[in-house]
Amino acid sequence: MGLLSKKDLKLITDPLADNNPITIQVLGICSALAITAELKASIVMSIAVLFVMGLGNLTISLMRNIIPPKIRIIVQLIVVATLVIIVDLVLKAFAYELSKTLSVFVGLIITNCIIMGRFEAFALANGPIRSFIDGVGNALGYAVILIIVGFFRELLGSGTLLGFKVLGDPIEKTGVYAYGYENNGFMLLAPMALITIGIIIWVQRSRNIALIEHN
Amino acid sequence: MEHIELFFKSIFIDNMIFATFLGMCSYLAVSKKVATAVGLGAAVIFVMAITVPLNWLLDVYLLKDGALIWLGPEYAEYDLSFLSFILFIATIATMVQLVEIIVEKFSPALYNSLGIFLPLIAVNCAILGGSLFMQSREIQTLGLAFNYGVSSGIGWFLAILAIAAIREKIRYSNVPAPLRGLGITFIVTGLMAIGFMSFGGMLTGGDEEKTTEQKVVVEPTQQKVEITKEAIDIAKNEKEIKE
Repeated sequence: MGLLSKKDLKLITDPLADNNPITIQVLGICSALAITAELKASIVMSIAVLFVMGLGNLTISLMRNIIPPKIRIIVQLIVVATLVIIVDLVLKAFAYELSKTLSVFVGLIITNCIIMGRFEAFALANGPIRSFIDGVGNALGYAVILIIVGFFRELLGSGTLLGFKVLGDPIEKTGVYAYGYENNGFMLLAPMALITIGIIIWVQRSRNIALIEHN
Repeated sequence: MEHIELFFKSIFIDNMIFATFLGMCSYLAVSKKVATAVGLGAAVIFVMAITVPLNWLLDVYLLKDGALIWLGPEYAEYDLSFLSFILFIATIATMVQLVEIIVEKFSPALYNSLGIFLPLIAVNCAILGGSLFMQSREIQTLGLAFNYGVSSGIGWFLAILAIAAIREKIRYSNVPAPLRGLGITFIVTGLMAIGFMSFGGMLTGGDEEKTTEQKVVVEPTQQKVEITKEAIDIAKNEKEIKE
């Protein structure tokens, strides 16, 4: 990576593991969990957040010297809301079915705490290029968790990945279903997203003991 | 009856936290002690009771397809619903700021208990989520919108109160080290959500009966129509043959 200096590269790699926005910083869980029952929806959501975060961080960073501190939250919300409207209209135009599945959760990207958190913590204090990289990095960290959760929930819940029947046909009893395997419909229900994330946190923290919380 | 149904439905069945995961960030961050959890929960009820009806008015008189008709017949074609995100969030942010100023002026005691949570609420997904669900579920009247706001707020309040109480107790249990803190909170919330799913059967039973009755009424008429169409066709054919 000759394009990025070591310091900039760290902005991308940090959120992917040891400073992950979801499992370590506990930001942005709000609008994420409900849509992870399918892998496709989680990927689209990740791309939407990537777009909003990268451009939002860039915009706020460019405006950081002219925003009056007292009304900065409203300014930030307006910037995010504008970007989210663009995403929403693009989804409605090119993937109408998917935009129905995501329903209000596209709109809820506005109040996704990751975005506001990064604006406050990074974009208001750093230059536009670094802010853009930071936005992309955090969005990728968010995407990783979303895709892992989506992968397991779709695979175990309906036996498919992106709609392809990777485990065989449950009705004609082919593939693993021939040996008596059954889909676990429970994985498709909302509570299992929370428990899956709980398990991801467990795995991550047992690998990296420094992250363990003390009471 | 409509009001009671909506009230219980938004508290238990469509609970903000357990069914749609809205407001998870503040739910996880501010649930370490019961006292602070109660403060934030009360602030959420308060703000939702104001913003949901307000956004309902905006939706009906400004944003919906054809909502501008009260300005004159030439405005009937406008559909501004793509602006709803920006308008809703602006309303919420302004209202939160306004409420903060008013409460600080008139009731310093309430301000001391609620005040620090109010800025947090502007970016709480539960508040915006409440308004967006109000729009997508097409709530009919202003009274119902107010009811929806209050009862969703109460649902959120109950959820954060419950998890705060559990977290206070769980500190004394021997949780596996990597799960301590955040991990166990996620798993407990998941288990509570499974518990709340059992409320799901409370109201759906009635709806199913209604739909089946309607189907029973509809089917014979369709058959009759088909039969009469066939009869007409046969009659036409006979006429043609005669001619």
